[in-house]
Amino acid sequence: MSSPALVRHPEDSMPATAIAEASRAPAATPLATPASFGTIALRWYRLNQGRLRATAIGIASLIAFLLVWHLLTTYRVVFFVRFTNVPSPLAVYASFTTAIHDPKFLMHILLSCRRIFIGFSLAAIVGVPLGLIMGRFKLVHEVIFPVAEVLRPIPAIAWVPMAIMLWPTNEQSIVFITFLGSFFPVLVNTLHGMSLVDPVLVRAAQCLGARERSIFREVYFPASLPHIFTGLTVGMGVAWVSLIAAEMISGQYGIGYFTWEAYSLVQYADIALGMIAIGVLGLGSSLLIRGAGQLVMPWRST
Amino acid sequence: MSEVLANTSKGHIEVRNFSLAYETIEGPVQAVTDTQIHVRPGEFVSIVGPSGCGKSTLLNAVAGFLKPTTGIVTVDGDRVNGPSAERGMVFQQYSLFPWKTVRENVEFGLKMRGMPRSQRERAARTLLGLAGLEAFEKHYPEKLSGGMKQRVGIVRALATGPKVLLLDEPFGALDAQTRVIMQQILTNMWQRLKISVLFVTHDIDEAIFLSDRVYCMTARPGSIKAEIPIPLERPRQQSMMMSSEFLALRRGLMSLIREESLKAMGGEINDMGMQGLNIELHGHSLADVI
Repeated sequence: MSSPALVRHPEDSMPATAIAEASRAPAATPLATPASFGTIALRWYRLNQGRLRATAIGIASLIAFLLVWHLLTTYRVVFFVRFTNVPSPLAVYASFTTAIHDPKFLMHILLSCRRIFIGFSLAAIVGVPLGLIMGRFKLVHEVIFPVAEVLRPIPAIAWVPMAIMLWPTNEQSIVFITFLGSFFPVLVNTLHGMSLVDPVLVRAAQCLGARERSIFREVYFPASLPHIFTGLTVGMGVAWVSLIAAEMISGQYGIGYFTWEAYSLVQYADIALGMIAIGVLGLGSSLLIRGAGQLVMPWRST
Repeated sequence: MSEVLANTSKGHIEVRNFSLAYETIEGPVQAVTDTQIHVRPGEFVSIVGPSGCGKSTLLNAVAGFLKPTTGIVTVDGDRVNGPSAERGMVFQQYSLFPWKTVRENVEFGLKMRGMPRSQRERAARTLLGLAGLEAFEKHYPEKLSGGMKQRVGIVRALATGPKVLLLDEPFGALDAQTRVIMQQILTNMWQRLKISVLFVTHDIDEAIFLSDRVYCMTARPGSIKAEIPIPLERPRQQSMMMSSEFLALRRGLMSLIREESLKAMGGEINDMGMQGLNIELHGHSLADVI
């Protein structure tokens, strides 16, 4: 605090008008007045009306879906599509209650989750840094991009035979296919994020004394984060698609294999159970990524 | 703190025999030619000119973002070779880091210099206090009004104690009232810090109100058309803008710029083809018609 010229008169350092402007800015917090519980509840309701409405309609629509499903299956409707063998929601629920106590079913789920975790994590660990480096260093981009563009349109499922040849165990080839499925969305979105970094922000950092490494860490990386998370979300979706396909073709365990096996063994309720389990797991994992995104990017929430 | 707001009487900017050309497929295009300007230590100098005249190009060259094609830019005798923290810059688009809070934005330059966290937090708080922003230190820039954002931008540029402050149409995106307030704040800070300022604007009133000296540039390719000292006394009040002295300066600058703007527009209109636009000049110059 040895800058007396600046610190001595803090009171006259700002014109009053500027302070007035500050106080009417949108960020100003409202004055807290003591309010009864009723008023607060009413206010909360008014502020969250839109969300409450959406939740209520959402629940109603899910119930309607179950009801239609129930009716179609109990009356075994045949109208172009045949519901003769389709299990009813209650049958699926019954098989769910038995499956939940069945260690084999839980093992299928755990194995699928493990494959997703390893394959997706590898894709993120390789894809994000590679995208960042490709976005920053032209030569790396020029070398890798053409190869990536040729491999990218090949669906992960088309890699199944090749993966079986490449990897010694079935498990490894399934993880590899999961990795491939999520790798390209992660890479492409990271690259896209890097290409959209505002050059003026880079300039601002430069004339505040930032050197290459700091600019990378403090500007390029955080500026690309929203697109990186878009890539991770899309990548997670494709990872599940690839995993289930790989498990159905070459697996011995996993929820995809469980679903296919249920068809072979004519356990129709288990088919629907497997499908629902896949849906729930996919939803859960994309929620996890969204949550991670909000943690990592606090400036984007609220 | 002393090194944060070092109050040196340095900051002599000199731009000599400056020209800058862009490479295009049709060959080099001159943006700025044959320009000499200087800013004495502690002086407030503005550059005005018609849009596209290369005033921002000139400023970016002083900042070190662009290399002159010919000529030299020096600050206190040292040649400018690239951007550095000794030349603080304020941008029209604020260019605050959206992922950093207000305080983290202000701290950035100090962090780059390796100042320990607690020390730079204290320094940033003091500076934000001076700009009336201490209540907003934990906000993200997105939540601030334009005027507040630009105050953060100015404080951030000053935090490292640069020798000179470069501003590229910093108030161009603000509404008229906020603009006036910001001009006052900038004047206050400049007078306290005795820092050299190079200010680019297209607003003539702003240039006169703020500056000790104003350079007026010609239409592209830009060069210095005139150098106008502003002898108005300081501290300057808003009411001064109605004085005959101010208005005389304004008229003078206005006609200089008008001439150049019309030249620039005339060039464009001629390029597009006058017939297509149905403008008959009947021997008059475009200036007479408009």
